[in-house]
Amino acid sequence: MPFSLLKYGLKSDYPFEQDADLPAPTELKPSYDVVIIGGGGHGVATAYYLAKYHGITNVAVLEKGYLGGGNTARNTAVIRSNYLTSEGVKFYSESVKMFEGLSNEFDFNIMYSQRGQLTLAHTDATVRAFRQRAEVNKHFGGRTELIGPQEIKELVPTLNMNPAHMPVLAGLWHMDGATARHDAVAWGYAKGATQRGVELHQLTEVTDVIVENGKVTEVKTNRGTVNCGCAIQAVAGHSSLMAAKAGFRMPITTYPLQAMVTQPVKPFLDPLVSSSALHCYVQQTGRGEIVFGGGSDPYPLYNTRSTLELKESLLAHAIEMFPFMANLRLMRQWAGITDMTSDYSPIMGLSPVENYYLDAGWGTWGFKSTPICGKTMAELVASGGKVPDLIAPFAMDRFDVFRQVNEMGATAASH
Amino acid sequence: MKIMPCPLNGPRNISEFVHGGEVRDMPNPTTCSDKEWAEYVFYSDNQAGVVTEWWLHAASGYWFIAERHTVTDEIIRTYDPSEIFKARVEFSAESTAQEVSA
Ligand SMILES: Cc1cc2nc3c(=O)[nH]c(=O)nc-3n(C[C@H](O)[C@H](O)[C@H](O)COP(=O)(O)OP(=O)(O)OC[C@H]3O[C@@H](n4cnc5c(N)ncnc54)[C@H](O)[C@@H]3O)c2cc1C
Repeated sequence: MPFSLLKYGLKSDYPFEQDADLPAPTELKPSYDVVIIGGGGHGVATAYYLAKYHGITNVAVLEKGYLGGGNTARNTAVIRSNYLTSEGVKFYSESVKMFEGLSNEFDFNIMYSQRGQLTLAHTDATVRAFRQRAEVNKHFGGRTELIGPQEIKELVPTLNMNPAHMPVLAGLWHMDGATARHDAVAWGYAKGATQRGVELHQLTEVTDVIVENGKVTEVKTNRGTVNCGCAIQAVAGHSSLMAAKAGFRMPITTYPLQAMVTQPVKPFLDPLVSSSALHCYVQQTGRGEIVFGGGSDPYPLYNTRSTLELKESLLAHAIEMFPFMANLRLMRQWAGITDMTSDYSPIMGLSPVENYYLDAGWGTWGFKSTPICGKTMAELVASGGKVPDLIAPFAMDRFDVFRQVNEMGATAASH
Repeated sequence: MKIMPCPLNGPRNISEFVHGGEVRDMPNPTTCSDKEWAEYVFYSDNQAGVVTEWWLHAASGYWFIAERHTVTDEIIRTYDPSEIFKARVEFSAESTAQEVSA
């Protein structure tokens, strides 16, 4: 628990935070050592670790909208490391560990809540896959077990054990599974970065990336042109469009992902629950609302509209899992546009342009990686392009040598 | 529900269709480089704007081409592939197999 919270608790007057705000906007400087394109969680986390661990503070984060207004503000905040591949599990486990300490690090409550995540298996094949995932996760220090129907009933008494006539055979119980307040993560990093001298420029859209002799020299924005020693793109759904400005293509397709939330009800659901066969996940927030999420939209789009079709199909499955929810009302719905790779793993590291780095391909699963991605991207940038071992498997050119890191099965139903 | 005008079956619910990806030229798998093949299989322009794509009407097994705006979600035009493909495209399975076993 952050100690400031305890202090506040003991105060008689309303706790007013002196330095809650970000610094007032300034003009863009003509030149920065590092320009970060995209002020989502990933962009500001990279800026934070550049300043904190590498003393690099002549950094500008350029955000076309407002801080964390992209997918950082739209995700359902599932944090977990129970993936399938060794590369994936190693990487995401580091992030889970960093999340555990983030409130203390920021001295700001990100409402990290480690309630465990339960994924249901309805077929023998899925049970076998879960066994493997449990073992891989344990091997890399995670806490994951295969559990049977009796234990599932004890964890989630309200669950229908025979949803859509597909009996629940077993569950992958990931005790490290957690959730956090996504906005707070972006704010914590942004505050920490700007306090160390990083500039965050909101309402600043990058309109072109100028490459000369294979190197980025400047970045054009709606507020003028800045020179840069190097640049990082962390623009999620807009990854292909930004890469096109820098002159190359990416193995990414942009799909909308929708989510929704009900009116609040009394606490009844502690773990995050998802079903591999019903492509649906359900969790209850600290405020009592129930959050639903599922698979991506069926075709690519750069549009954050919501559709009735998705609601009908997703909620039909959610009601199979928790029949009493049929009486609840939806309160909000939204979508984000996500940068999907065909192997459901991210693209991090070098690009065809020498001093231009990639933080992309986060699709529907990149919130949980915010801390470790920021930390390793900062290492990459500070070393002038030496790729940290942890992220080497996620290089874009893995597709050129057909060495994908396949996380599809471990990602599709629960982000 | 959103309606897709199918050149064969007329206007139908979009849930009856499967998105098949950008229309693009396939390099010859027996002679192209690995990089060219990877570009074809994995990389994409992923444009925000009007795109030309393959779509399948699943119920009738009919493939056609749609021009669609990926920002406004409007379907601009759909047509039979014979408008673009004047000759039959042969996929020579034999020569591929030889290449693999060589
Ligand atoms: C509905 C939904 C549910 C999700 N659920 C989960 C989950 O449970 N767990 C999980 O781990 N992940 C989840 N994700 C994925 C996760 O939200 C993203 O992978 C993650 O937030 C990416 O962070 P980011 O900082 O890279 O992107 P963003 O937060 O999207 O930030 C990118 C920023 O770049 C800016 N930008 C774009 N173009 C430009 C430009 N030209 N110039 C300047 N700025 C620009 C955008 O305005 C945006 O703010 C979900 C996503 C969605 C949409």
